[in-house]
Amino acid sequence: MWILLMLPFVGLLWVPFYNFAEPSLFGFPFFYWYQLAWVPVSSFLIWLVYRSRAPDETP
Amino acid sequence: MAEHIEWVALSVFIFFFALVTVMGFLAARWKSGPVKEHLDEWGLGGRQFGTWITWFLVGGDFYTAYTVIAVPALVYAVGAYGFFALPYTIIVYPFVFAIMPVLWKQAHANGHVTAADVVHGTYNSRGLELAVAITGMVATMPYIALQLIGMGVVIKAMGLTGEIPIVAAFVILALYTYNSGLRAPALIAFVKDIMIYIVVLVAVVIVPARLGGYGAVFSAANDAFTAKGGDTGLILKPSQMLAYATLALGSALAAFMYPHTLTGIFASKSADTIRKNAILLPAYTLLLGLIALLGYMAYAANIKVSSPNDVVPLLFKALFPSWFAGFAFSAIAIGALVPAAVMSIGAANLFTRNVWKSYVDPGISHAGEAAVAKIASLVVKLGALAFILFLPTQYALDLQLLGGLWILQTLPALVFGLFTRWFRAEGLLLGWAVGIGWGSWTAWSNGLKPLATIDLGGASYTFYVGLGALLLNIAVAAIVTVIVGLISRDRRGATAPS
Repeated sequence: MWILLMLPFVGLLWVPFYNFAEPSLFGFPFFYWYQLAWVPVSSFLIWLVYRSRAPDETP
Repeated sequence: MAEHIEWVALSVFIFFFALVTVMGFLAARWKSGPVKEHLDEWGLGGRQFGTWITWFLVGGDFYTAYTVIAVPALVYAVGAYGFFALPYTIIVYPFVFAIMPVLWKQAHANGHVTAADVVHGTYNSRGLELAVAITGMVATMPYIALQLIGMGVVIKAMGLTGEIPIVAAFVILALYTYNSGLRAPALIAFVKDIMIYIVVLVAVVIVPARLGGYGAVFSAANDAFTAKGGDTGLILKPSQMLAYATLALGSALAAFMYPHTLTGIFASKSADTIRKNAILLPAYTLLLGLIALLGYMAYAANIKVSSPNDVVPLLFKALFPSWFAGFAFSAIAIGALVPAAVMSIGAANLFTRNVWKSYVDPGISHAGEAAVAKIASLVVKLGALAFILFLPTQYALDLQLLGGLWILQTLPALVFGLFTRWFRAEGLLLGWAVGIGWGSWTAWSNGLKPLATIDLGGASYTFYVGLGALLLNIAVAAIVTVIVGLISRDRRGATAPS
């Protein structure tokens, strides 16, 4: 599960993958909405890892 | 732009400033322990902040006035490249989630207050402890100065000139921080963050609606960049991509090495508080992405500025009624107070624990520590004020990035020890020195720019100096660790038989 934490790094640091104007969404060029979309996606991925891990020994 | 005073905006501003000042002083009693008698109380708010307080505190502390002024300013000036703040503040959270709970446990188990405490606890090296402490204090100074610049910009926008308003604001800030410690910014952060959320949500809905929608905003910016030429535009030039990615990664790794962000971590109630915050804090990143777009809205609104830092205040003044502009300016100014307070507390904790206690008064009591830290927080703020009054201010973002370069070099010493004891203190110390030395020299020789260019096989690559310095730092640390290991084994081998 911890490998999920690497996905935002891959998705955002490999710039040639998203450095385009099209397709745009609600007037936002791809470069912008793609990166903004990573915000909730990253939160969700971290939450998945959080859910799957064993709780701390002491609360 | 400061021809006349905006009385309505100024009245709203003074109202909110007075409100947070009162809150700052009363905060001493909030969730109170004996504020004066222990550094854990003054410097970490009693180590008791749960998920929501930590969310507001770290959010208020990490997304600073710099965010609201300088990010749109950079986006206005250069376009897509200025957006690196967005990937930066996304990838920081997987890192926080994986590393910071481990660091918190170590600090909590041993009563550590600062990063340098943790480093000393791990390596038992006074040299490495001092290196981490001094880096933290020095890197924090320009960062506090940056908050002052942010506050100065909005004060100027309301028609107040000269340096007296900002000095007055800072003296008030210094006094309630002295009085209440970390509880003051933690309480004020609630007001600041709610105000900023309101301002930004209103701005990102109302402004495009008045300017013809986001399509029109982006196309106006595109026309402006086409006319302007150079390394600007709505998407990155191929030569900017590596710089963009390395700035994002380097900034993300540096972000939670700063004394102010670590103070938020150490003040948390539990490791789980930090994990939950890694999930919840990206809400601020969404806000930051929208704030960055204010830089493009300025083109659609035909705002003309002499300095890019004036983009946001002028945009608000042009599009909002005076009272709401005043509300927005208060949000930005209070947005400067929270991080400035936490930064000075973080630096004061470092000075107290890792300079004063280690070198001047090893037998100091808990109450003595709190007293020294309170004085130190005043000195740190005066230093930052001097920074602003006597040094050129137009390179705010570059200076902050230079501080980021320095603080990033403390990462191996602080983080590696949480997972492996393989590295030796000598190696980490030399790696730190080489990283800082090479990074500063390179940035200096490029005219205080955080980017360096290397030529490999005919192609040239431009990247963030801090990340290059970090790689060099780690390499030196590893090599020295191996060499010192070999030498000490030889010595042991030679003396063992006798």
